[in-house]
Amino acid sequence: MKLTLKIWRQKNANTKGRFETYQAEASPDMSFLEMLDVLNEDLISQKQEPVAFEHDCREGICGTCNMVINGEPHGPMQGTTTCQLHMRHFNDGDTIVIEPFRASAFPVIKDLAIDRDSFDRIIQAGGYVSINTGQAQDGNAIPIEKETAAEAFDAASCIGCGACVAACPNASAMLFVSAKVSHLAHMPQGKVEAKRRAQAMVNQMDEEGFGRCSNITACEAECPKEISVEHIARLNREYLSSSVGSQVKA
Amino acid sequence: MNWFTNFLTSSIGQKVVMSLTGLFLIVFLVVHLTGNLQLLAGDGGKAFNLYAEFMTTNPLIKTVSYLLYAGILLHAFQGWAIWRKNRKARGPHRYAVKVNRVAGTNGFAASNMAWLGTIIFVFILIHLYQFWLQMKMGAIDMVTYDGKEVADLHGLVAATYENLGFVIFYVVSMVVIAYHLLHGFQSAFQTLGLNHRKYTPFIKAVGKVYAIAVPLGFAIIPIIMYLSK
Repeated sequence: MKLTLKIWRQKNANTKGRFETYQAEASPDMSFLEMLDVLNEDLISQKQEPVAFEHDCREGICGTCNMVINGEPHGPMQGTTTCQLHMRHFNDGDTIVIEPFRASAFPVIKDLAIDRDSFDRIIQAGGYVSINTGQAQDGNAIPIEKETAAEAFDAASCIGCGACVAACPNASAMLFVSAKVSHLAHMPQGKVEAKRRAQAMVNQMDEEGFGRCSNITACEAECPKEISVEHIARLNREYLSSSVGSQVKA
Repeated sequence: MNWFTNFLTSSIGQKVVMSLTGLFLIVFLVVHLTGNLQLLAGDGGKAFNLYAEFMTTNPLIKTVSYLLYAGILLHAFQGWAIWRKNRKARGPHRYAVKVNRVAGTNGFAASNMAWLGTIIFVFILIHLYQFWLQMKMGAIDMVTYDGKEVADLHGLVAATYENLGFVIFYVVSMVVIAYHLLHGFQSAFQTLGLNHRKYTPFIKAVGKVYAIAVPLGFAIIPIIMYLSK
């Protein structure tokens, strides 16, 4: 299949970017990233700069293959990352517009590659469970209800890709932060630090310059892991209750 | 009180302020509509004028009305502050192509709350100038019921709605309010953390009925008064 690609090219964070148009050949069996690999091979053979894009696992679990394809983060398929998107979902002769995720807290490094360190700093602020090292505890010693475990697992399926921020007209990171807070708040191991965590992660999120959530729910619609905004409500509850009920003074 | 100011200035705290003031205004709209429907009583305005006299003189109502003005201003200015923050967060670059898919709200209303709200704010200013300020300034004819002299607010309203331009202005403003409520009603509960598959479908259903019924109730008043002039 023959495709026309309009790709955002930007040399580095300090230069202005613009769209470049490329003609590409692809097979319907290729993944979207493989199609870009072939384009880059061509560009290299023509002694041109290949298109920079991030990728790692290519099996939909690492959350690095971030780009906006025809106006949607990770492209038009529901619940799919870019690496799991296949060219059979496009038609011969299509024009595909490829842009980086756009948010102040996600500056462009080069072309389609963005800097998502802001997410790492939010995790560092509280997205962890402090445990003593030593012998692992017997799994059955900590009873967890089936429904609770399932809810926690739904939240834990967040791969931290940032599609929620990219889709949100406010560039809010609430779905990401809520998935982390909600996941750990459900588990007995996470309860110990739950109040401190909600405060610290929201504070860090605000400091990184993400927008305010207006409950538009574009995040849920575009999330490759289909995480529900119910988790945002839970984050709101956790934050409210920790604001009025936490033992931590500040 | 450090924790309190931290809370109020945090992203979630700012939204909670929007939610609580919004819910307060939602309750107010029902009271306002119930009172206004007396304009259609067909008694030459007696019921409405006596009601208006009560609402402007009762000390309890007057106190609540100051809370209402504060609520409107807080909701509006906080809304604009959030809108500015969000524009900054989005950054200078817009997407060349953008698909606006949402999951469970009115996408148009949800992503245009600030614009809808600004139109509503301008509407409120004009609305207050037309009726509330005229009443305050005593620029209204008086009528006497059973020996009691009260302002003929009904007469002013009826005169205003003889003008087709004002009728259209009020009806269009109600459409804007309907869209604002269509997202705002259920969004207020989500912000307070009230989202559960047990009751959220109920909240969303009530929100939809409210967002259509209440503005419709307001809109029929100028239409009926214009047609029956």
